[in-house]
Amino acid sequence: MQPEQNMDKREQLTNGLKKGAVVAISSAPFGILFGAIAVDNGFSIAEAALMSGLVYGGASQLVGIELFGHHVAAWIIVLSILAVNFRHILYSAALASVIGRYPHIQRWLAFFLLVDPQFAETVKREDAGKPATFRWYFAMGAVVWVSWILTTIIGAFFGRMIGDPKALGIDVLLPIYFLGLTMGFRGRHNFFPVMLAGALGSVVAFHVVGSPWHISVGAALGILIAAIPPPPKVHEEPDVSEIEREAM
Amino acid sequence: MESEMNAFSIDSGTAMLIVVAAIATYFTRVGGYVLMSSMKRIPPRVESALNAVPAAVLTTLVAPPFVYGGWDIKIAMAVALIIGLRFPGLTILVIGWAAVMAARYGFGLGV
Repeated sequence: MQPEQNMDKREQLTNGLKKGAVVAISSAPFGILFGAIAVDNGFSIAEAALMSGLVYGGASQLVGIELFGHHVAAWIIVLSILAVNFRHILYSAALASVIGRYPHIQRWLAFFLLVDPQFAETVKREDAGKPATFRWYFAMGAVVWVSWILTTIIGAFFGRMIGDPKALGIDVLLPIYFLGLTMGFRGRHNFFPVMLAGALGSVVAFHVVGSPWHISVGAALGILIAAIPPPPKVHEEPDVSEIEREAM
Repeated sequence: MESEMNAFSIDSGTAMLIVVAAIATYFTRVGGYVLMSSMKRIPPRVESALNAVPAAVLTTLVAPPFVYGGWDIKIAMAVALIIGLRFPGLTILVIGWAAVMAARYGFGLGV
């Protein structure tokens, strides 16, 4: 093997692990919160860990456990989890050309690990011109997945010591976390119209149809805005001349 | 306490619920890919729609909490937005959290 290839492989591994570690730290409060709420709503520690390991979707797990605690019918719980996670359909479509490159078993495993930050970081890496290889993707995903289960177990053990999440400021972390992820894409050419449509759509839908459908409605509106105008030509020559003109 | 004793037990009904929820979630995580790979070539409009996914979807997780949250949440998110123009994710999170704690305990907002 060539030394250059070895370097690439090492970069993929270390960068993946590093990205995973940052997400692990930021998502730790939610893992702990979920574990605590799960035990509070009648889950055993093992059941909480099982849900984190298999469903692996923070917001949907919090919704699911809340309904479970209120003894809501099982099919409604599953439907609610499905509704909260519905946005992942868009993620897997958007990453079809990236994850589609992986060999079969790796591909289906990669889709299992496709959570919000995993999606955001994968798009960012590809945008930066570095290939999001399976090695990179799995290094990041494994760190996040393992830490999600571990923090769930910690929260389930020490749940009763946490008290009111609002008093500790935990409730504000998730929207701020997503705000940071969103801002990472502000360099894209149609970011502002898409963002405004998504924001307006979700705010109105939240009021009219309620949660969690506001996510799908807002997303649909934002995507529609991007699809309606004639798509920009892929290689825009005018850009070059504009740069030249500015340089003169 | 009773619940302490069966901390490691798994109820079969609960396990079933978790597995079905996991299958439903996995379906959403492969669904888009399966749909896309059934298309022979991707129309340009679909492609620009897919390019809009990060901004469109992530925004829907941010805007409603800001609009419907109290002044404590609004202030913390506004501070996080300004910090986010310069600093990476973890810094945004820490300063945003500090801002909400300051709003709640320093100014008595939203408590």
